[in-house]
Amino acid sequence: MNELLTLLENDSRLTSADIARMLDKETGDIKKMIEKYESDGVILGYKTIIDWDKTDKEYVSALIELKITPQQNHGYDHVAEMIYNYPEVESLYLMSGSFDLAVMIEGKTMREVAFFVAEKLATLEYVTETATHFVLRKYKDKGIVYGAVPTDDRGNIL
Amino acid sequence: MDYEKILSRTVQEIKPSGIRKFFDLLETRKNVISLTVGEPDFQTPWHIRAAGIQSLEKGKTHYTSNSGTMPLREAISGYLDRRFSTKYDPKSEIIVTVGGSEAIDIAMRALLDPGDEVIIPLPAFVCYPPIAALCGGVPVIINTKEENKFKLTAEELRAAITPRTKLLVLPYPNNPTGAIMTREDLEPIAEVLRGTDIMVLSDEIYAELTYGTEHTSIASLDGMHERVILASGFSKAYAMTGWRMGYLCAPAPLCRQMLKIHQYAIMCAPTTSQYAAVEAMVNGDADVKMMRDEYNRRRRFLVSGLNEMGIQCFEPEGAFYAYPNISGFGMTSEEFCERLLDEHGVAIVPGTAFGDCGEGFARISYAYSPEHIAKALERIKAFIESLK
Repeated sequence: MNELLTLLENDSRLTSADIARMLDKETGDIKKMIEKYESDGVILGYKTIIDWDKTDKEYVSALIELKITPQQNHGYDHVAEMIYNYPEVESLYLMSGSFDLAVMIEGKTMREVAFFVAEKLATLEYVTETATHFVLRKYKDKGIVYGAVPTDDRGNIL
Repeated sequence: MDYEKILSRTVQEIKPSGIRKFFDLLETRKNVISLTVGEPDFQTPWHIRAAGIQSLEKGKTHYTSNSGTMPLREAISGYLDRRFSTKYDPKSEIIVTVGGSEAIDIAMRALLDPGDEVIIPLPAFVCYPPIAALCGGVPVIINTKEENKFKLTAEELRAAITPRTKLLVLPYPNNPTGAIMTREDLEPIAEVLRGTDIMVLSDEIYAELTYGTEHTSIASLDGMHERVILASGFSKAYAMTGWRMGYLCAPAPLCRQMLKIHQYAIMCAPTTSQYAAVEAMVNGDADVKMMRDEYNRRRRFLVSGLNEMGIQCFEPEGAFYAYPNISGFGMTSEEFCERLLDEHGVAIVPGTAFGDCGEGFARISYAYSPEHIAKALERIKAFIESLK
């Protein structure tokens, strides 16, 4: 039931009771469905979207393009695993086009990220080329626009 | 100067909207959770806004033809046929107006002579009786009933008709009740009207917002096209209230007369808005569905929340309002709403804002985020419990 998943994707804080009211279902049924989605690995986790720029946290993120020679029998999966196991790696995608893997990395400083690429990624067997692009500003992520605080400026008109 | 002597008597006799007092009170309060607003909380979808912006960039800053651009009238014609099987010729039967409000205004002005009677089912949006009165018309009110799900019945209509009846206003899907009129409900109404000279002004501004039953336009019923003026617009369906885009569809002889009023009073609807409106109608179906689905979830959330706390609420099937019956709490609607505002910081609209028959009811808008509605429900619950 994609409607339930979409609701949770937009607001994971919705309770089963809330969702049941919205979808005209029983709370118990919604609970069961969510549990099943969790155990089947359809729902993988619940996170919060934070604009860290509004805190004193020092961080930098980067998109790294990697060119890979695919391995016999493993394709890209093995090298992908070697990469995504690093906690610094926020996300990892296999891409079509002029490079193979897109790695989103977060570190404390540019230096830290640069060293991670040089020491951990570039040195991997089968990685033939890297290109590091630092993120200068995040405008929108997961459908949410950064910096904008929504206000309700509708007038009192019947 | 004695302005009372100078000003038109007709205008002075129109009562100011009763709800103003309540809204003024509301504006003095802080930390209020409001469920009063009668417009979508969504912003106009970006591709529609972008079409408006692009028209400005291309220098589309002139008047259009009085009845609106041909591409827009063609889009409206195609849309009405596709969605509601109502057929209107874009060349002679459609006028693009400044919101649905102007459509209602010029329709009444084109039809009414002093003394003509206009049958208006209430509760409904507040504009019909004053506009009728401005035209010298005489509003004949039918108070629709909760036990009829606030639908207009053929018996009520028949009882209200006199030899002076010129026009029936049909405001469905209804603001404030959320009532709808299905094909089965409309057929007996049409049967009363067929063979008479009574015209229908069907205000279908909420046509896209029905839940479960697709909207039927009375204009699509046999023999009704010739006696219906269909007023609608982009405000509610596409979240375009601020663009002021409406339209009016009627047989050509009527359109010719209404166009004279529009031409002299308005000239043409805003050009930028017309360009955006074409984009809305041609490429906006998915947006409408997205918003309708979201309103539907909020509707269920709100209505089940109210019912669970013991506030009796008939199931609204259209628009974005719930209209609970609060007569069991021993207060007038105004008292109920003022105390809810004063004691628990939630604003809802007393039913009396929509006619005397709104006594005992309140309108709660669900054009708000579920989070907002949930907070309001908590406070309303606390209020109800404090009354026990």
